[in-house]
Amino acid sequence: MEIHQNQLLRFTTAGSVDDGKSTLIGRLLYDSKSIFEDQMEAVENSSKKKGHNGIDLALFTDGLRDEREQGITIDVAYRYFTTPKRKFIIADTPGHIQYTRNMVTGASTANAAIVLIDARHGVIEQTKRHAFIANLLKIPHLIVCVNKMDLVNFDETAFTEIVSQFRSFSSKLEVTDTHFIPISALLGDNVVNPSEHMPWYDGGTLLHILETLEISNDVSQDDARFPVQTVLRPQREGYLDYRGYAGRISSGSFRVGDLVTVLPSGLSSTIASITGPGGEIEEAFAPMSVALTLKDDIDISRGDMIARTTNPPVPSQELEVMLCWLNKDAAKPRSKYTIKHTSNDQKAMIKEVLYKIDINKLEKKEDDHSLQMNDISKVRIKTTRPLMVDPYVKNRLTGSIILIDDATNETVAAGMIV
Amino acid sequence: MSSHSLNYLDELEAEAIYVLREVHAQFQNPVILFSGGKDSILVTHLAKKAFYPCKIPFAFMHVDTGHNFPETIAFRDQLIAELDAELIVGSVQESIDQGRVSEEKGKHATRNALQITTLLDAIEENRIDCAIGGGRRDEEKARAKERFFSHRDDFGQWDPKNQRPELWHIFNGQHFEGEHFRVFPISNWTEMDVWNYIKRENIAIPSLYLAHEREVVWRNDSWIPASEFLKLDENETIEQRKIRFRTLGDITITGGIESDSDTLEKVVAEVSVMRHTERGNRSDDKRSETAMEDRKKQGYF
Repeated sequence: MEIHQNQLLRFTTAGSVDDGKSTLIGRLLYDSKSIFEDQMEAVENSSKKKGHNGIDLALFTDGLRDEREQGITIDVAYRYFTTPKRKFIIADTPGHIQYTRNMVTGASTANAAIVLIDARHGVIEQTKRHAFIANLLKIPHLIVCVNKMDLVNFDETAFTEIVSQFRSFSSKLEVTDTHFIPISALLGDNVVNPSEHMPWYDGGTLLHILETLEISNDVSQDDARFPVQTVLRPQREGYLDYRGYAGRISSGSFRVGDLVTVLPSGLSSTIASITGPGGEIEEAFAPMSVALTLKDDIDISRGDMIARTTNPPVPSQELEVMLCWLNKDAAKPRSKYTIKHTSNDQKAMIKEVLYKIDINKLEKKEDDHSLQMNDISKVRIKTTRPLMVDPYVKNRLTGSIILIDDATNETVAAGMIV
Repeated sequence: MSSHSLNYLDELEAEAIYVLREVHAQFQNPVILFSGGKDSILVTHLAKKAFYPCKIPFAFMHVDTGHNFPETIAFRDQLIAELDAELIVGSVQESIDQGRVSEEKGKHATRNALQITTLLDAIEENRIDCAIGGGRRDEEKARAKERFFSHRDDFGQWDPKNQRPELWHIFNGQHFEGEHFRVFPISNWTEMDVWNYIKRENIAIPSLYLAHEREVVWRNDSWIPASEFLKLDENETIEQRKIRFRTLGDITITGGIESDSDTLEKVVAEVSVMRHTERGNRSDDKRSETAMEDRKKQGYF
């Protein structure tokens, strides 16, 4: 029964085929015994067809026809495995420069990011790009795996050299929790099982670190935020006066009796009841989905935010945002978009592009004001009505937005509020 | 503060409820695609919780191939009656009678692919803008690439290489007239998660999932149930075996496994040591390496 107390950890892996990313994931799944025999047989058959000796672990992660044929990853793929300690969700993202949008997508929900470095090549542009995106999306934990240690004779100096290279450039970033592990995904060293070839390394294996990262504090405990998704009004006997505000707590906690403020109206009331998935409860916290009722009859609808009165978010119509452009069509100057923030939809206009970031050099380009696919830029956005926002660094859910082009209905950009 | 931490089943439950509420808020006319299998039963259970004390604000849609397990239909009708819900049935037989599709020929003919037309016709006729399904990303490699909110064009087709990016918990369900969405609230659940949750919540499921005596024939490495639709080959014989099913599809193509697990507890224990995927006994997935992707692009579940 103990297994039912286990937590869920979401992590993302960034890297290209050459880094051995698919091999690493295949290795994690294989050595943690998460691969079924029929999947194994299918991969063995494909490996033979492709003329590999033994099994090609990378084939476990290829999904779409084109990916299998071309040996590349096109889209974010999600993988699952469970150990006696935790359940894991892997967002497996391609690492090429043109796939920044996929990396950003995979990173948006992750507790941890694995950045892969080829031990022969050390820190390269791609490494910096991955670390930068992990930092931009505020992934709380970074795990740097120096892979292919077998190709540098499991040499300690090669590893420490790369660690110091990484540290020297990442000092510019604000990554809070970084781990370094020397591994060989191909041979399995330090992935699930400790390496026999690197007695000089006394840290944990990758799986051990994934199983023991402290993730309870990854979501802000301070700011109680409850975006209203929908209002529950049962038209039946016994519930005629019931008005439940349904939503998922973004951060912090709420108790029955708490004084809360509803935004944007600014009206206050007290929590009368909280209904969770199992019935009425006294307290609810992020990321629970619940329904709240209030003591007073206030007009509340989807898009409103309920927050504890002591520290509400700031309603804002002018936002500074780090924007990642996701669409093949570039932004048109002063175009209007639908902006989605929590459960709130409004219209928005990009008023000004302040600068673009060259994610290979990690430099600002002040003179480049275009917004094209995979660009990351700081912009100023104006909305038709106020959004109840927090800075992204404080709150990943109430600090994030997407932009939708109403002409195509596509999601064209994702933004982190500064 | 450490007490403020959910276990993984509670977190998956919270996520699914959130997704179902987003569907209600963003679409005009959503349905739950109901097959009578455990995954669609789970989605229904989660929908009850998401909208309690209101009724589930969605109709149910069943694509009826005519090749059903009788137990599945009985279960469906009882659940729909309990929920006081509307049931829309899309009939593959009617699609055949109307000449919209024709039966596959040959020994291994099934009605699996024919369902696509019936499903898309039912979606169009009933002006459905969102079909909620019990698909999971762990089931199959093409499904590993699915979004929670998955766009379908006005031909009902999926374009896996041009999907909308999905970030944080923000779902974009905007669409044009005639297009629809498929939404998968239990995307992040694995087979084991589903069973653990069914056991924890004591959710009623069709008896077919528990071990029972049944007349079956050994074909394609699994026990295919005897039924009026089954044509025996010369070397095949019908036997009595104690079996259960891991997934439920058409009675013609769903293979059972030999098992003594006749309670939920035993099933959960058995699944936890299974060494084959649950769809391994589904001959519809065995047709080619990308059978699922190819069907999904056309509009399959």
